[in-house]
Amino acid sequence: MAEEILRVEDLTKIYPGGVLANYNINFSVNQGEIHALVGENGAGKSTLMKMLFGIEEITSGKVFLHGKEVHFGSSKDAIAHGIGMVHQHMMLAPSLTVAENLVLGIEKKKGLFLDKKKAIEETEAISKKYNLHVDAGKRVRDISIGMKQKLEILKTMYRGARIIILDEPTAVLAPQETEELFEQLLNLKKEGYTILFISHKLHEVKYLCDRLTVLKDGRSIQTCEVADVTPEEISRLMVGRDVKLEYDKAKKEFGERILRVEHLNYTDKFGSRKVNDLSFSLREGEVLGIAGIEGNGQKEAVEILTGNRKAESGSVIYKGENLCEKSIAENRASGISHVPEDRHLDGSAPEMSVRDNLIAASLGRLSKKAILDTAAIEEYCASCVRDFKVKTASLDISIKSLSGGNIQKAIVAREFTAGADVIVLNQPTRGVDVGAMEFIHKKILEMREEKKSLILVSADLAELKALSDRIIVFHQGRIAGVLSDVPIVTEEELGLYMLGLKHDPEEILKEA
Amino acid sequence: MNKKKRFDWYGVIRVTASILISLVIAAIIIFAVADDPATALHKFLLGPFSTKRNFFNVIETMIPLVFCGLAINVMHKSGLFSMVADSSFYFAGVVAASLAIACPMPNIAHQLVILAAATAVGGVIGVIPVLIKKKTGANELVISLMMNYIFFNFGYWLIRNCFLDASNGSFSINFAPTASLGKLLKGTNTHFGLFIMAAAVIFMWILMDKSKFGRALQITGANENFARYAGIRIGGVVLGSQLIGGMLAGLGGGVEMIGMYKKFQWITAQTYVWDGILINLLAGTKPLMIPVSAFFISYIRIGALVMSRGGDVDSEIVSIIQGIMIMLIASERFLYRLKKNKEEKEALQNQAAEAVEA
Repeated sequence: MAEEILRVEDLTKIYPGGVLANYNINFSVNQGEIHALVGENGAGKSTLMKMLFGIEEITSGKVFLHGKEVHFGSSKDAIAHGIGMVHQHMMLAPSLTVAENLVLGIEKKKGLFLDKKKAIEETEAISKKYNLHVDAGKRVRDISIGMKQKLEILKTMYRGARIIILDEPTAVLAPQETEELFEQLLNLKKEGYTILFISHKLHEVKYLCDRLTVLKDGRSIQTCEVADVTPEEISRLMVGRDVKLEYDKAKKEFGERILRVEHLNYTDKFGSRKVNDLSFSLREGEVLGIAGIEGNGQKEAVEILTGNRKAESGSVIYKGENLCEKSIAENRASGISHVPEDRHLDGSAPEMSVRDNLIAASLGRLSKKAILDTAAIEEYCASCVRDFKVKTASLDISIKSLSGGNIQKAIVAREFTAGADVIVLNQPTRGVDVGAMEFIHKKILEMREEKKSLILVSADLAELKALSDRIIVFHQGRIAGVLSDVPIVTEEELGLYMLGLKHDPEEILKEA
Repeated sequence: MNKKKRFDWYGVIRVTASILISLVIAAIIIFAVADDPATALHKFLLGPFSTKRNFFNVIETMIPLVFCGLAINVMHKSGLFSMVADSSFYFAGVVAASLAIACPMPNIAHQLVILAAATAVGGVIGVIPVLIKKKTGANELVISLMMNYIFFNFGYWLIRNCFLDASNGSFSINFAPTASLGKLLKGTNTHFGLFIMAAAVIFMWILMDKSKFGRALQITGANENFARYAGIRIGGVVLGSQLIGGMLAGLGGGVEMIGMYKKFQWITAQTYVWDGILINLLAGTKPLMIPVSAFFISYIRIGALVMSRGGDVDSEIVSIIQGIMIMLIASERFLYRLKKNKEEKEALQNQAAEAVEA
């Protein structure tokens, strides 16, 4: 039986504003293991780690280290207890050298000045000892991301960490760098280090980790041996349902092509071409799914369509007008609704009331001349809350105190009731609980029945398959494939298109 | 569904506690420095009620504070931290004085023209920082503070150049008698501007609480990305808020000039923006509460004046009180535990309720 090094009992975190991020979390980590913490976005993984590292205050619950209860007032305390953390977004000073970054804060002084030679010697020594190669003399801004990460890991060990927390370390790495990192982590494990590995990439967990704890909706669902579960089982625990989604979808004939995207181009501020001569069209009454690995232009394309982004060239023709030349307000008025990708950044004003968030896009419709029509507003909000099952104590409380699923239902309510004919949905169920997800799916299919046309961008291929009438796959800002017979499409096939390994001939793409 | 609006107890407790703490500190200082602390404290706390004149001094002092509080309210709701209300206030006073001296007109028409001009000038000045910010990207706080120097010096220079009373050397010649707002009560300085102030408060209450524009402005201030995404014309809303704020400050400047004075006497810069910020904070950024908080600030100022006239405690003690109040109200963590405990309890209750349903 392995020795337990870290145990968490009934850990709860409530953020200001009453947001419950973690609720009664229980799990333990054994000495010398690589322990994975898996869960969807918003499941509460980062909050939990921040509490263990002393950055976030614990609302209630206990943390035991080597069987003794500990309280961390700051990350300094956590470091003193031998816990180190490598953040997802690395915290290094780019203009300093690798060695200077390593010793930053606890540097050895030579008189008033930093002993640079000593720092470099120490860096090289520790780098060699743990077989994590870094160039001690180089400035951090000149080294690769992979090396920065190694430096971060060395930093934690230089400060005496025996437990290292890695927050989605592979999110920023190329496949080769990931492989190298895993090798080094396995080495550290041999040296007796304990590693907490946060990820939602299941094959990585399967390859690297000994045990895993699943978080969902701020709760710890289960801890188990990695060897005992298949990736499918982990994913079922994470999502809380079988990954397969099936809905009875009436077959139907689709109408005219009511919206045409023609030769769209867009280059982002870093000069990378995100949308490249893109053309497709949307037919009346269909759900058009858009698949693609994140960063292949889906986000940019739909934001151009709604008016949130300006295209370089090309046009989006709807009802005889070019949406690219119009403002968001004009596009909304002509019947385009939009559920944005990020519900906190664009989809809501978190500090404002549920009511204000519901009416924000329909202020014109809900007022008489310049004055708000209170009766109409109350009626409208009540119907949104009722029809979309938004669980809220009142319309007056700030929307951020609702759960993610309820915030998303409120946003969907606002957009689906705005009287639009075309609804653009970007990741409509990302990070919400399964109940809210199924509810939103049902509403999407209801809109389809009402002959609305929907564009659905999603990273969840099961969701795309279950809802779409047609799927187009984006690769490097262009369409790589058009899949019209969705029921027979497999996720593997979608994957091939997404990776750019498969490409439909131009004649088919023209028909998109 | 709970239809009743929840009363914001937390906000009220915080403001009350801040006021009490600052008054207690003031009392401690008074006891430390005064020869006769009991009398001094009595004068400070009840001085405004001691004579009719003192009490109406409170009312007069309150009027410009209300206008500037309202101006700051609407300008800062947009998320822009512009302090240009001082420029609007001062320069509108200059324009009002000029018209009062140089353009004789029949009674009532004269005052109306003066106030209309002051409002317009205030509004135009109000939008300058946001326009400069849009063109150059400069910070609106810096721009507006610099503008306050410019408009003070420029305005006073105009008055000296055109209307200087040579016998006096620093004030202007007298206004035409038709330019006065008229006294409300004999033996006091309180003028009919009080009603204009009341109208401005009601206008702002409707604008911020009831109107489409006010809601769009609040949404923009709360999350600009969201406002843009929801189809709110942010540029227009922000510009509108600065225009309205400038107009309110300008109207305030005009009212103060022809209500309180017979000639232009503002030889120093009139700084009301900081008071405006304090008053807006004390009022919990609610327009209807702004007269109340302005009355309170005005009250302790007159109280301090009465105290300093009769004893050895300086009236500057008010600045200490104000400073402490701003600091306490602005510090998020002050009495934060009260709110936190409540929020945590509610979050756990919600959690339990959801668990039961599931």
